[in-house]
Amino acid sequence: MSASADMRAPLSLLPLRLEAVRFDAGGRRIIDGVSVTLAAGTRTVLIGPNGAGKSVLLRLCHGLLRPTAGTIAWSARELPGQARRQAMVFQRPVLLRRSALANVAYALAVARVPPPERAARAREALRLVGLETLADRPARVLSGGEQQRVALARAWVLHPEVLFLDEPTANLDPGATHEIEGVIAAMHAAGTKIIVVTHNLGQARRLGDEVLFLHQGRLLERTPADRFFKRPASAEAAQFLEGELPW
Amino acid sequence: MNDLALAAGQALRLVAVADPKLVDIVLLSLRVSLTAVLIACVVGLPLGATIAVGRFPGRHTLVVILNAMMGLPPVVVGLLVYLLLSRAGPLGNLGLLFTPTAMVIAQAILIAPIVAALSRQVVEDAWSEYREQLRSLGETRSGAALTLLWDVRFSLVTIVLAGFGRAAAEVGAVIIVGGNIDGVTRVMTTAIALETSKGDLPLALGLGLILVTIVLTLNAAAYVIKEAAQLRYG
Repeated sequence: MSASADMRAPLSLLPLRLEAVRFDAGGRRIIDGVSVTLAAGTRTVLIGPNGAGKSVLLRLCHGLLRPTAGTIAWSARELPGQARRQAMVFQRPVLLRRSALANVAYALAVARVPPPERAARAREALRLVGLETLADRPARVLSGGEQQRVALARAWVLHPEVLFLDEPTANLDPGATHEIEGVIAAMHAAGTKIIVVTHNLGQARRLGDEVLFLHQGRLLERTPADRFFKRPASAEAAQFLEGELPW
Repeated sequence: MNDLALAAGQALRLVAVADPKLVDIVLLSLRVSLTAVLIACVVGLPLGATIAVGRFPGRHTLVVILNAMMGLPPVVVGLLVYLLLSRAGPLGNLGLLFTPTAMVIAQAILIAPIVAALSRQVVEDAWSEYREQLRSLGETRSGAALTLLWDVRFSLVTIVLAGFGRAAAEVGAVIIVGGNIDGVTRVMTTAIALETSKGDLPLALGLGLILVTIVLTLNAAAYVIKEAAQLRYG
């Protein structure tokens, strides 16, 4: 074995390569031949009408679903039993019946971080999302926006290389949405690749460097965000932009 | 009617003065049923949680069997344990028949399926809510089973009490394997059955009162715990 193959430094997960990915469920084709390469650095926004397959594509990338055909390949393998280097924040935060702090520390426990380190690291992650004062409150009685920030802290505490977000602010009011977007921006600034599904065109503008437009399971275009909102390449995207409310 | 009033009065006096015979019977009942519940939980909770998050062939069949076993008739369980423990049975040389241990075994067999089946249901409901999140974090199935058991802990209190209520109130299994021996294997339910047939209504009624009070108190406590927890933890 060569010396370079023996190196312990973890290789980057990115780029992520999807090759002719298909996903069928219940006799329907949800994802239909998607090929795309997602590189580090940029913030990628996945948009498209309801039922386009955005959330399914995100779950396929994250490994929660297996493609019916095609390949999804990270540049480095995540080994079972090691801390995950990617995380996902769902539309509705799923928190355990324990304190906010314990919810964040739980992610560290799953990643086998030694117990003495967990509390301090979890507290730091809560501080980064602005929730340090609520650390000891039971997580499930916090407000929707606060719960989503706990979920973000839980995702952030392991410093993932890639963060998937599935409509993270769909159920939140504008104030909470603003706070969540601020946290996402900070995570991006710290070097995490952001891949976000959103319905909200305003959010897509604020969060996106590039836009992937999905329509009926097909990836119709991939365009830098500033260009996409002015001159989308596909007729479907133009129609979608016209139909959607702009906020 | 007079008989009933008279018996009730005497029963209350027996309870009030903590009649030693009555106290012994109550304590043995509690010891047997609580031990049985403990064993049933040690077996039933992990089993229920494992089935809830597991994926293996025959899972649906197992769930149906487990649910059906919740309705096991106590006398049948008593009979099976009797056959196992009787002198000629496979475990006869242990000499456990007509001991409190035999009663614990019978009751544990009776309520383990209740604990397992009900916890399976509760954990599976939680699993459908948490599955994606836990898999996203990289949690294993066995880790998820433990996490979910802890997360539904307040619902489990009710399940454990359902098991205890069933154990403390059943008479068929303990009378067969215990034999209702005075001072050795006589518990509340078997004593009530015996004293009633002998015509000693005050003792039977006193024991009945205590039994009902214990079950009521525990269930009230469980209810309060669950409500308070719901408020606090959501």
